[in-house]
Amino acid sequence: MLRIECPCCGPRDHDEFRYGGDASVSRPTHDDPDPEAWYAYVYVRKNPAGLHREFWQHVIGCRQWLVVERDTRNHVVSSVTFARTSRA
Amino acid sequence: MAPYSAFQIFRNALSGQKNWQRAWRAAEPKPSYDVIVIGGGGHGLATAFYLAENHGIRNVAVLEKGYIGGGNVGRNTTVIRSNYLLDGNTQFYEFSMKLWEGMSRALNFNVMFSQRGQLVTAHSADQLDGFGHRANVMRLNGIDADILDRDEVRRLVPYLDFSDTARFPIHGAIFQGRAGTARHDAVAWGYARAADGHGVDIIQNCEVTGFIRDGERIVGVETTKGRIGAAKVGLAVAGHTSVLGAKAGLELPIESHVLQAFVTGPLKPLVDHVVAYGADHFYVSQSDKGGLVFGGNLDGYNSYAQRGNLGVVREVAEAAIALMPCISRIRLLRHWGGAMDMTPDASPIICPTPIDGLYLNGGWCYGGFKATPASGWCFAHTIATGKPHPLIAAYGLDRFRTGRTLDEAGAGPSAWLQ
Repeated sequence: MLRIECPCCGPRDHDEFRYGGDASVSRPTHDDPDPEAWYAYVYVRKNPAGLHREFWQHVIGCRQWLVVERDTRNHVVSSVTFARTSRA
Repeated sequence: MAPYSAFQIFRNALSGQKNWQRAWRAAEPKPSYDVIVIGGGGHGLATAFYLAENHGIRNVAVLEKGYIGGGNVGRNTTVIRSNYLLDGNTQFYEFSMKLWEGMSRALNFNVMFSQRGQLVTAHSADQLDGFGHRANVMRLNGIDADILDRDEVRRLVPYLDFSDTARFPIHGAIFQGRAGTARHDAVAWGYARAADGHGVDIIQNCEVTGFIRDGERIVGVETTKGRIGAAKVGLAVAGHTSVLGAKAGLELPIESHVLQAFVTGPLKPLVDHVVAYGADHFYVSQSDKGGLVFGGNLDGYNSYAQRGNLGVVREVAEAAIALMPCISRIRLLRHWGGAMDMTPDASPIICPTPIDGLYLNGGWCYGGFKATPASGWCFAHTIATGKPHPLIAAYGLDRFRTGRTLDEAGAGPSAWLQ
């Protein structure tokens, strides 16, 4: 099991969490008319073999959205923060 | 190279089977080639073979960072079928099926293609209606498809759970009799040997570390065995397409995810077909050695690790037992993982790229094995002519930008949910 150190609940198995994908993409503003920006937001991913910033939600716990930094080659988690502060 | 035949086995028996030739040469790179195919998996080797066979382009190298058959071509569950619903997919996978039917003869290599039939169980009247729609599409495209009711499914596969307590009662199934399995290593070896027979250099343990450019155009690759020039470069490295794409300056709609597969200890013959569970993600066939080979869902988070997590082992086991309670006491022999390119619509990408001289074949999600021959055929055409083969017209990279996605799974744009 991957273990994620939830800042609210402590270390928990990853199957308590829901994956939310790449946290490095940013959503265009709602009225952005540029289709290219929306294409990049919806589809294009850096998909690194290495450090990856990603969303996880602790659904069977505090239900907080987290940003986890994890190495996609060996699953070593290097940092976990609340998404609401991390995005600021 | 002497063709394989029963006579050859007999002749070599006279000398103790000691005088067989290598199936392909251990080639070292030349300074340059007409075409370099990066990736010595099934798709890359098939591409090289059809470049030579169909287009007469024989000055070709296949660069493989590991060994032939060590990637996803040796890690899949070997299922071959052409039961796709959407235009573009339906015709492409049926073309692939036809190539499978002639493959052993075309390659002079027994790929042990076994058309044992594949069925997908339906667990509600609505799901069976959906399968009826799919079967009609298949038949209109000249593909064999049958809809079975509950009794017919029971006669065919009586070992599934037909009890009153089944979690998801079986209403029926969609069946494709020409579907089946093949020996995956033999496919890699067969294409490698046949490509080598046409003069293609297969270079193992040669990792591509970068691209050589002349202005905007790609004119070769940097590798762990030095610089190699090429008029055209084809990328066939599904699982790692983003990594090599990034080296070329391409940002792609792909995420890499790990998919696990499993095999049990050997049993007496039980599963005569390929059986897929319509209520969850689980499919099973029985290998010639007797092991049940099965798979399920992705682990569900970006991964290049080629090994999976135990949570999925449990989920797959739960689905297996729900469908086939009779295997609840069988032990797993092995399980393993492979890194998949997952696209946002679960369909592949084969096309010329915006970069001159670079061609892309990837995004196979977990459906790449069955596509091997058609993928190689169409990618070779695309590289040779510079234009997409008509059968892959729907697989362009621009379909995400233009809204023409081929969303066979209907799962929305999150790659890990396909």
